[in-house]
Amino acid sequence: MTSRTATIASAHGLHARPAALFVQAVNDSGLTVTIEKDGREAPAGSILGVISLAINQGDTVTVTADGANAEEVLERLVTFLEKDHDAQ
Amino acid sequence: MTLAERELSGIGVGRGLVVGDVRRMPDPLPEPAEVLSSLTPDAELVKAKEALAETSADLRDRGARAGGLAQEVLDALALMADDPMLLSDVTVRIGKGATAERAVFDAFASFASILEAAGGYMAERAGDLADVANRVIARILGVPAPGVPQSTTPYVLVARDLAPADTALLDYDIVQALVTTEGGPTSHTAILAREKGLPAIVGAKEAAGLVDGDVILVDAADGEIIVHPSEERIKNAMLEDSERRLSRSQSSGPGKLSDGHAVALLANVGSPASAGDANLANAEGVGLFRTEFLFLDSEAAPTIDAQQAEYVSVFEQFSGQKVVVRVLDAGADKPLPFLSDGNEENPALGLRGIRALFAHEDILRDQLTAIYRASLAAHADVWVMAPMISTVDETVKFVTMCHEIGLANAGVMVETPSSALLARHIFAEADFVSIGTNDLTQYTVAADRLLGTVAELQDPWNPAVLRLIQEVGSAGAAAGKPVGVCGEAAADPLLAVVLVGLGATSLSMSPIALADVREKLSRFTLSEARKLAEIAVSASNAVDAQRDVSSALNE
Repeated sequence: MTSRTATIASAHGLHARPAALFVQAVNDSGLTVTIEKDGREAPAGSILGVISLAINQGDTVTVTADGANAEEVLERLVTFLEKDHDAQ
Repeated sequence: MTLAERELSGIGVGRGLVVGDVRRMPDPLPEPAEVLSSLTPDAELVKAKEALAETSADLRDRGARAGGLAQEVLDALALMADDPMLLSDVTVRIGKGATAERAVFDAFASFASILEAAGGYMAERAGDLADVANRVIARILGVPAPGVPQSTTPYVLVARDLAPADTALLDYDIVQALVTTEGGPTSHTAILAREKGLPAIVGAKEAAGLVDGDVILVDAADGEIIVHPSEERIKNAMLEDSERRLSRSQSSGPGKLSDGHAVALLANVGSPASAGDANLANAEGVGLFRTEFLFLDSEAAPTIDAQQAEYVSVFEQFSGQKVVVRVLDAGADKPLPFLSDGNEENPALGLRGIRALFAHEDILRDQLTAIYRASLAAHADVWVMAPMISTVDETVKFVTMCHEIGLANAGVMVETPSSALLARHIFAEADFVSIGTNDLTQYTVAADRLLGTVAELQDPWNPAVLRLIQEVGSAGAAAGKPVGVCGEAAADPLLAVVLVGLGATSLSMSPIALADVREKLSRFTLSEARKLAEIAVSASNAVDAQRDVSSALNE
């Protein structure tokens, strides 16, 4: 089990478009990833799970995964979360 | 084979004429019945899984064809159909004996309620969930998916009515005209059609019988639909339409009657983006600048600075011209979380318009301050007015507040019979008045303007409404102050002449309607307009009023 924390950069938080992109990235990785905020956890491959955590800009989340390339996948996901996807 | 021509009628919106093929929008799906399945859970689960997978593939496919932002939106919807948490919820429900369609309905609804409870951006996604759920359920049941039909060839869209979500996705290169069986002249659909210049006929009950592929001629100017029109009919109609276009294109410049009496023709504007459009149509300024757009997506009112910047961007486009700003009009069909209590039984009669603002005076003061500062930064002639004024006391309070803040031209909207009847007293306090005919009609006939079943009552030609307008017109003339009209009535060219006859000194409308109204006004003198107004107010109902005025023209 490997975990990393990230602070959300997108202006509107992890809703709609950034959430969809994030979930797609998780599913593309082939790993089972979970995302946790304030003690509530959801499968990161589920858009409904991710958006129902109501993750806003500035929130800290923890992503956890298991597997051979977990380190590398989580690194990519953290980079994604810490970029402002609404600022384009 | 030649099919017999048939005529249907409704309420025309806009002036255009179109011949095209009918495509019907399927009616919304009913909620699936809550019954125990007669199949095994495994069989139901297969149905659900197939429908979810097909829906997701269909959404991705459409996204790939649309590209750009639409693709991102459709891909996000596809992810919802693919969602693993959703599938496990559906599986549990089917395991308890639910049908596939009911399980899908309940599973999406339970996620939707979580999002709705979260509010804001999250709550907006709840509508997406309902849309995906309907697509999946339609597949399970083997019925057409609800929503605007997808097509690459142009068609005339026939629907019961359109929801805002449907209209947002309309492709104006493909949809040539709109026909709805419900809805009135001030429904969301009608307002949108007018704004986009899309010919439309609303409230055409008999259009319910039209089927996909029927060829129809839609004549918005006459509110007429011809089913299976003959070649000759099409030729004549096209000829008439091109003559209308010609006379319209020849009208330009400030609005005036044939005797030179000036009637300022202004535009209704709902956002900085639509202000560009108003310029094109040769408006003499803005008679109604709606400010709701600034507040609709927010959970709190924007700051003074943020508002000021938005106002300046509109004012700058009308340098040297009049811009009448209406302060926030919340409530009824436009609820705002921080202003309105969503639990009113009769929101149209509730804490809306100026009442909601007086209940949150800080928001009103901030908005007036932002408007005042923006007026100093730009060179427009800025006026400000309050919606839903029903008493003289409210008028005094609003006008005083505006003057204190520095806004010299402060007026009120007359949208209730009470303020129309007390117009003399209101003019003693306000610098000007603007009549909102949509609400004035709704409150005069006591019929909800958003309700299809009472849409027929929502007719500004109603002599009772016209008499109230006459009351305001004469009070304005006695006070020597401006009387504007900014409802949909001003966009009806013949009614516009009557309104001027009743004392309107300016008319404000969707920019697209300006040319027709300008052209019509230029054919009458003030005394002719007054005679027509007298004929209209003497009628016993809306239909007679319109007919009597039309026949007086032909004499």
